[in-house]
Amino acid sequence: MIKLSNVTRRFGRLTAVRGLSLEISESEIFGLVGPDGAGKSTTLRMLCGLMDPSEGAVEVAGLDVGKHLDQVKDQIGYMAQKFGLYGDLTVEENMLFYSDLFGIDPAERDRMMAEYLEMTRMTPFRDRPAAKLSGGMKQKLALMCTLLHRPRVLFLDEPTNGVDPLSRRDFWEILYRLAKEGMTILVSTAYLDEAERCNRVGLMHKGRMIHCDTPAALKAQMAPYCFRAEAADHRAVRAVLQKTEGVLGAEPAGAALHVYLLEGARREDVERASGARLEPLEPSLEDVFIALIRREESHAAA
Amino acid sequence: MSYRRFHAIFRKEMLHIMRDWRSLMMALAVPLLLLLLFGYALTLDVDRIPTVIYDQSHTQQSRELANRFSGSRYFEIVSRQGGYAEIVKGIDRSKVLLGVVIPRDFARHVESGEAVAVQLLLDGSDSNTASIAAGYAESLVLAYSTELREAQLIRRGSGKFEPPIDVRVRVLYNNEMKSRNFIVPGLIAVILMIIAALLTSLTVAREWENGTMEQLLSTPVRPSELLLGKLSAYFLLGMADMTIALIVGVGVFGVPLRGNMLLLIFCSALFLFGALCWGIFLSTVTRSQLLAYQLSLLSSFLPAFLLSGFIFAIENMPWIIQQFTLIVPARYFVSILQGIFLKGVGVQVVWGQMLFLGIYATLVFTLANRKMRQKMA
Repeated sequence: MIKLSNVTRRFGRLTAVRGLSLEISESEIFGLVGPDGAGKSTTLRMLCGLMDPSEGAVEVAGLDVGKHLDQVKDQIGYMAQKFGLYGDLTVEENMLFYSDLFGIDPAERDRMMAEYLEMTRMTPFRDRPAAKLSGGMKQKLALMCTLLHRPRVLFLDEPTNGVDPLSRRDFWEILYRLAKEGMTILVSTAYLDEAERCNRVGLMHKGRMIHCDTPAALKAQMAPYCFRAEAADHRAVRAVLQKTEGVLGAEPAGAALHVYLLEGARREDVERASGARLEPLEPSLEDVFIALIRREESHAAA
Repeated sequence: MSYRRFHAIFRKEMLHIMRDWRSLMMALAVPLLLLLLFGYALTLDVDRIPTVIYDQSHTQQSRELANRFSGSRYFEIVSRQGGYAEIVKGIDRSKVLLGVVIPRDFARHVESGEAVAVQLLLDGSDSNTASIAAGYAESLVLAYSTELREAQLIRRGSGKFEPPIDVRVRVLYNNEMKSRNFIVPGLIAVILMIIAALLTSLTVAREWENGTMEQLLSTPVRPSELLLGKLSAYFLLGMADMTIALIVGVGVFGVPLRGNMLLLIFCSALFLFGALCWGIFLSTVTRSQLLAYQLSLLSSFLPAFLLSGFIFAIENMPWIIQQFTLIVPARYFVSILQGIFLKGVGVQVVWGQMLFLGIYATLVFTLANRKMRQKMA
């Protein structure tokens, strides 16, 4: 459904995305994660045809985005990081506006609007100006506006930024429902608990996709390198560990430290050298990403 | 080009305008304010000049001269018993513009037919008003002096005095010579510029700043639909202002509309369209409301105000600035406005100006349309 082949995008001397290849199949929810400036937004914008890649080809719904932009636009829904709602227009007016832009048949539109308002529980707010909605409701309205034309592919750029946890859960429930109905969803997020909900996750770092797999596989792959260290004096132990050979990083996590080892480093050697006791750890996605990014940085430094 | 998408943009823009009291104020209240301000308060006509008469003569003849001043609508006598000190004090405080000093021996000289000097003291800080005031006072004194001479000649029995050259003035167009009559038509150009350049310069930049543009670009909306939708909304607003100006100008201020109203409306539409396109062009290029607003103020509103001949006559400008006014669209529009309003001229006279406005509008529209791209970068 989505296909990127060796895509690179440069802005002057800066390379925002380099050599990105990715395939996403129908009704998959794919999560794009990575630190700020990793190239997530640029990737999404290229997929929507808002920016052209400097090199490589972008394909959405079987169509080349560069060549058939107008057809592609009928197939996709895009929700930018800073969503374009008109604050002075009401919920209903915003929806009518976007449905007109997509040329949706009025009868179909009325049916869809009622359905989506019902699904997002926003029916009582249809006459409220968008500026006066809560953060979560704004996002839901934004989502509805991008869904009115029944796109086959949905692109969401950090859709739940600054939204409370309850509304985020609501939002994701809607996404699951859409995926179940066959929609392909590519979502970028800074929240790793959200990444956990995706079918597959791609980790971007400095313009490159450094890992891409299901959350479970990613965790399983990194489990051998992730440990837990209990310590009375966090700071001292952490300082020692960070200097110990074979240690990628040691991060405070609640009452303990999470310690990530280099590939090939042995737990016993590290324990001996640092004096800390390392327990095996069932890593969360957060552990996986910190470890992977540390590994990437140490490769870059070497 | 889809009518539905165009209409969606148009409708949305209208809602923005109606719901934002600031833009609505700018669009409707400011033009009205300008009209009232320029129509009532700012007049370039010089009359009721505050005058102090310092009559040293205290004779029947000197009182007669003073009466001429008080009888004229151009002068308003503040005091007849002034002195030098009072005149200077009055001028210092801007209470007095003109002092007339009638010398002690005025009556004696007049009786004997000898030449006598009357001194005029003027506040020259506003040189324009001062020279007009001096002109009025001079001609008033001159007329009185001619009369005196005539009376003397008749008394001596040498018959009626005929001056060798007699000037007969007939003013064509605006024969009351009211400055309001040419300011109010010119003001229409300035008012349309407020809508066109200042309001429009914000519309595209605002979408970029709010992030709505990125969203619009991901929809099937075409740049031309976006452009025309926005243009139409502001065009409507501009024409509403034009109507207000017309009603207030003709109805309230009694400015004569001698020419064809349809031609007037057509020319206004032509000018407005070009000006709107320029505003949108700036907004599209800068993507910043502040920058677009300032550029637009500088590049369209100020020239419309200063270089269009609306208040300041182009013929009096230095050569280089006169050349510059040739590329100011408002200049052509102001001359069309004054032609249609005051002279009642038709297409056969203003076609050149109309052609310029037409070319300008086409050019800027093409430019704006090209800049309204479908890509972010």
